[in-house]
Amino acid sequence: MSEVEKKPIDFMGIRKIASVVSLILVIAAIALMATRGLNFGLDFTGGTSVELEYQQAPALDDVRATLEEAGYEQFVVQNFGSDTTVLVRMAEAENDKLALEVTDALSADGAELELVSSEFVGSQVGDELKEDSGLGMLIALAVVLIYVGMRFQFKFGIAAVVPLAHDVIIVLGVFALFQWTFDLSVLAALLAVIGYSLNDTIVVADRIRENFRKMREGDSEHIINESIHQTISRTINTSGTTLVVLLALYFLGGEAINNFALALMIGVVVGTYSSIYVAANMLIALGVAREDLIIPPKEGLAGQEEEEEQPPEWLNRM
Amino acid sequence: MLNKYPLWKNLVIVIALVIGFIYALPNVFPDDYAVQITGARSSTEVNQRILERAVDALEAKGIAVKESEIQERDALIRLNNADAQLRARPVVQDALGRDYLVALNMAPSTPDWLKSLGAGPMKLGLDLRGGVHFLLEVDMETAVEQRLESMSSQIKRELRDERVRYRGGDLEGDNSIVLTFRDEESRSEAFSLVRDQYNQFLLDEESEEGEYRLILTISEAEIKSIQDYALQQNLTTIRNRVNELGVAEPLVQRQGADRIIVELPGVQDTAAAKRVLGATANLEFRLEARQDASAANTETYEFRDNPNREARLEREVIVTGDNVSNAQQAFDENGQPQVNITMDSVGGDLMNRATRNAISRRMAVLFIEYRTETEEVVVDGETRTVDNRVVEKGIISLATIQSALGSSFRITGLDSIPEASELALLLRAGSLAAPMYFVQERTIGPSLGQKNIDAGMMSVLLGFVLVLCYMVVYYRGFGMIANVALTLNLMLLIACMSILSATLTLPGIAGIVLTVGMAVDANVLIFERIKEELKTGIPPQSAINSGYSRAFVSIFDANITTLLVAVILFAMGSGPVKGFAVTLSIGILTSMFSGLMVSRSIVNLVYGGRKIEKLSIGGKLANV
Repeated sequence: MSEVEKKPIDFMGIRKIASVVSLILVIAAIALMATRGLNFGLDFTGGTSVELEYQQAPALDDVRATLEEAGYEQFVVQNFGSDTTVLVRMAEAENDKLALEVTDALSADGAELELVSSEFVGSQVGDELKEDSGLGMLIALAVVLIYVGMRFQFKFGIAAVVPLAHDVIIVLGVFALFQWTFDLSVLAALLAVIGYSLNDTIVVADRIRENFRKMREGDSEHIINESIHQTISRTINTSGTTLVVLLALYFLGGEAINNFALALMIGVVVGTYSSIYVAANMLIALGVAREDLIIPPKEGLAGQEEEEEQPPEWLNRM
Repeated sequence: MLNKYPLWKNLVIVIALVIGFIYALPNVFPDDYAVQITGARSSTEVNQRILERAVDALEAKGIAVKESEIQERDALIRLNNADAQLRARPVVQDALGRDYLVALNMAPSTPDWLKSLGAGPMKLGLDLRGGVHFLLEVDMETAVEQRLESMSSQIKRELRDERVRYRGGDLEGDNSIVLTFRDEESRSEAFSLVRDQYNQFLLDEESEEGEYRLILTISEAEIKSIQDYALQQNLTTIRNRVNELGVAEPLVQRQGADRIIVELPGVQDTAAAKRVLGATANLEFRLEARQDASAANTETYEFRDNPNREARLEREVIVTGDNVSNAQQAFDENGQPQVNITMDSVGGDLMNRATRNAISRRMAVLFIEYRTETEEVVVDGETRTVDNRVVEKGIISLATIQSALGSSFRITGLDSIPEASELALLLRAGSLAAPMYFVQERTIGPSLGQKNIDAGMMSVLLGFVLVLCYMVVYYRGFGMIANVALTLNLMLLIACMSILSATLTLPGIAGIVLTVGMAVDANVLIFERIKEELKTGIPPQSAINSGYSRAFVSIFDANITTLLVAVILFAMGSGPVKGFAVTLSIGILTSMFSGLMVSRSIVNLVYGGRKIEKLSIGGKLANV
């Protein structure tokens, strides 16, 4: 028997501090989103983006000057991946030939370049996307609440949904802080974060439920702490393997996937933290107790609940 | 506790893995660069002789041909590399002439025995192979308006045939037509006529100061069916036009109530593709108005080539481009370009009826074009761009009717040969039932596509290897077992995607990478549970058994909730998000199978059925 086994780390001992930290982070994230706003990508704002590959690395200021001379306004010029690749983003959204015009304007002074890709998104499509994704996110949260509420208990449902919102808000806050581009792939990452963090939360919640039924002594806080202790090495290992893969994706996946990997990495770290300190915290705050998880005998089938949590019979035969 | 799987269960796993192996296999064979030859018209056959001509032309230019074959409707010439492919296309096109379309394509090199099993590689999305993506929106308001206009002129024609006198017949707001009558009797005649033949209208009567009005309001159901029809018709037309462009494996798909997605792999010339696809042009044939015609029944239009010249035309449309069954560019006696038009029977009939009483009057061909224009407007000190939809109507020809026209006639007075052939193409491919606008466009160069594939593959491989190392270091023998399960999981995932012929996109690769990271979760959960059981001092065999069964509930709940989120992603998301959701969902299912069943089966093979003292599962407790 190891040392750790006898004396579980007191996770819940710092739960008040953790609550304060979480609250501050969430409020800061919301404040950042309100003041700095998200740097929405083309998918959401509408507009045109042109990616150009130069033979020789150009000075970005020269590129800007050339575009200004050519009479363009409201554009952003930046390197994309390497110093020979230049990305030009424009607010103008309706000119079909803009990509070609920009290429012509820039190659007019003899620079050798090639149009790698161009993208154009109408403004109303962007607006719809914002609405649809917000709605999608809400539906996802609602479905999780219902499913977990049914599988576990309503308090667990809330304790599963609040950390998800917490994670999403913090990731958004980080994106607002650094003004990283928020595009469709980041949205996908955000939804994956929901899935991932949920995975984590459910595993912890599952153990808490099991221990509430099994352990006949100790208060809620003790039982929850014990459950977290029992699952902590699994939590760290899974987060570890996922992070390892995401690091590979971040460094090798190319520019187009960078922000996706970044959002997920932040999400995995925050999600791991929140499954311990937000989810478990919520359960204590909501006053979860042994009675919540045991069907009262009045309904007759007290034993069945116990049985339901056993793996199905076919699995035992495996 | 013996931990042995019955034979049938092992067999099920082996069979599933063999099937997975077979269907994942085609992805190992790289695609060939190829050019595809199809007939420009469906009647043109691509035969062995044509193929030989193309191959000979290529060899004459020193381009090596890897393989050539005739398929059902087209021929495929495989080449060695991308450079040869780009050089080959113009050579083949020149050798075969205008009757054939030559397109760049990637041809899977799946061996025949795999093909006979129905196996094939995953399709690559546009972001991985290069091409253009368009999102078009159908203008439904105009669709309904146009349909109402044409119904209104039909009703008026019938009223005239029945000698019921009316005034008006114009469209009013709220999708209704208002007819005014002098007395109640004619109104009730009109009422019964409309009620009998046009049941899609709701009828209302109104009277005031000797004016008897009949208001025809179109029903909601009819509006919906008009919109459905418009979208369907546009979809068909776009498909025809895409076929005319000669693109290999295009995608034309409906999205939502009023949008159409078009994806053209391999196409780099966006401008040309857009011109043909988006040409929301249509034709209307109308008679020139008589001198004494009332202003209410006429409209004045400019000529397309000369804005100073105008002509007054009747409001009523004889036929539109919809009734054209064939159109060919040709030359008239003076060597000027013209378009020969053949109408379908309905169109020919209408044309004949209208022109036989109008000999020596003039008929105009009105060219209608829909465009989007952007305007900058300052709202609350903020500059915003507003899209205005502009309709341009111009007369392209005004010719005297020499004799009653039938189902075939010609249009002269076109500017140039390209204009004539494009008009012919548009008329031939069918016109759009309603105007459409481009709302989104994405072009991906082929070099970027290759770069994306390489980067994606590289990160999948590296992430995969890192996870394998992590597991072995941490869980030793059991880590190895998890690694085998993880590898098989990746194979099953690829097999499932190939069987469903799901399209692999960049976010899809990200989904695979994420699945790799998360798939080990099931095994981590199980192994941790086994360790815990060992700690309580129970023998290894029972520890394995209860580790697997106790972890099941957690794994099940966690995966089902994640799957729910993935399904919502798929339902709500568009484009990139969908691709990600598909791989994630399939990945969750395959990882449950491999994490629970496959790894258990290996554990049983290694440890099952005998007395064991210790498990190689890492950590201090392994030797308990």
